[in-house]
Amino acid sequence: MNEISIDIEDVTVAYHGKVALESASLQLKTGTICGLIGMNGAGKSTLLKAIMGFVKPTKGRILINKLPIRQVQKNNLVAYVPQSEEVDWNFPVSVHDVVMMGRYGYMNLLRIPKFHDKNIVQESLERVEMWQMQDRQIGELSGGQKKRTFFARALAQESTVLLLDEPFAGVDIKTEKMMINLLMELRQKGYTILISTHDLASIKTFCDQVVLINRTILAYGNTADVFTEENLSRTFGGSIGDLSLAKNLLTQEDR
Amino acid sequence: MDIIQWFVAPLQYEFMVKAILVSALVGVVCSALSCYMTLKGWALMGDAVSHAVMPGVVIAYILNIPLAIGAFVFGVGSVIAIGFVKAKTRIKEDTVIGLVFTGFFALGLVLISKVKSEIDLTHILFGNVLGISNDDILQTVIISVITLATLAVLRKDLILFCFDSTHARSIGLNTTFLYYVLLSLLSLTAVAGLQTVGIILVVAMLVTPGATAYLLSDNFDHITLIAMASGVFSSVIGTYISYHIDGSTGGCIVVVQTLLFIIAMIFAPKHGLLARSTKN
Repeated sequence: MNEISIDIEDVTVAYHGKVALESASLQLKTGTICGLIGMNGAGKSTLLKAIMGFVKPTKGRILINKLPIRQVQKNNLVAYVPQSEEVDWNFPVSVHDVVMMGRYGYMNLLRIPKFHDKNIVQESLERVEMWQMQDRQIGELSGGQKKRTFFARALAQESTVLLLDEPFAGVDIKTEKMMINLLMELRQKGYTILISTHDLASIKTFCDQVVLINRTILAYGNTADVFTEENLSRTFGGSIGDLSLAKNLLTQEDR
Repeated sequence: MDIIQWFVAPLQYEFMVKAILVSALVGVVCSALSCYMTLKGWALMGDAVSHAVMPGVVIAYILNIPLAIGAFVFGVGSVIAIGFVKAKTRIKEDTVIGLVFTGFFALGLVLISKVKSEIDLTHILFGNVLGISNDDILQTVIISVITLATLAVLRKDLILFCFDSTHARSIGLNTTFLYYVLLSLLSLTAVAGLQTVGIILVVAMLVTPGATAYLLSDNFDHITLIAMASGVFSSVIGTYISYHIDGSTGGCIVVVQTLLFIIAMIFAPKHGLLARSTKN
């Protein structure tokens, strides 16, 4: 059944009195890949953080699979793949260690992995073709391999809601293709996937839904209906560079 | 001088046996914690907390309660104060840290100078492990057991907290709790370190072994073991050296630690200066 998975109602987030996101409302059904589009500073990361429960909305409510965020976290319902800049790549952990961290929520206090946890970690690493690299310290990886490691962690977490912040920034074509294919597989299984991205070119190829954001949610819905030149110009209003880029992409697609 | 004699001779004095054992224990505990301090980037915080415990120590003396309790209250209190000033004003964090810990430290100095007590300022500032009392030894042992047990139980959660607190929160770990656990351990070990090397140098015990080990390995478990080994080695050898040269014990311990760091910095197999220069 296509039930509502991410349910955001009239959410306002402010940092130190400055409003970063105002009266945002959004409902995403299960089995969706949704692209989150907006300029830098438009509130994409704020929206993702609000969904994860890292920032508390000053107004409104957020439910995931009908549950409030505390319950969501306790039940491992949401996994988050961070931007590469947010990670300390010199930290003494291996690829395998990082993916195992995706299983902590299922373990006892001492976080001793069971056979099942080890299996899932291996499976997740194999799906992103990183099993051979499992003992590498994470700083030794290429940009694409780094991304795949954190994607494997999200897979190991077995959360049916995935949030990815700029997953394709600085990765190779192979990684991008592999991740898109995996995301489409997960959509088939009923996962809800929300991706913030700058890469307008690839939106149409795998996102069935889009959300346009500029301080508030301007529009959302089926890509075919919402990903229009008019809406994009509202999203990127004033930013000529982005706008003409967007126009170019749209006309290329139409040809 | 005969090398065996060099090691055996000091052991005829009970105070030396005690000093060596206590500084070894403090070396182990501070080194274990130093791995988290180094990786979390909390060196400045360690410095702040170790100085800020001073008025707590003095007040605990006056009230005749364990020093650790006074240190704990003021150590954690200083960090709460830092967080408060940072959140409520436009002043940057490093300024706030510098401001708060010197304020607390100065308060401690005033208290020591005005309150009639048996406290010797130099012992607090520079340590007095050669004259350590049995009560203080007991306190050090208790602090050590609490710290090592906590680190053992919460090890994986604390590593995750240091590495990726975002993920820790997203899987429902209480990161505020982990933050205060690390902070409390820091305050407690500051008291333990205070006995051996004194307030001024305790930050070295809480930073240097972790930094040395971090240059030598990419594996957290190995880093912890190397740090602890280097901590114990420095404490024991430093105490011996101080006996033979009749110099400051705390100073000798930290000098040995620093030498180990310099050796690691130059010769570390992968992250050392030599390895890096041959690679380029």
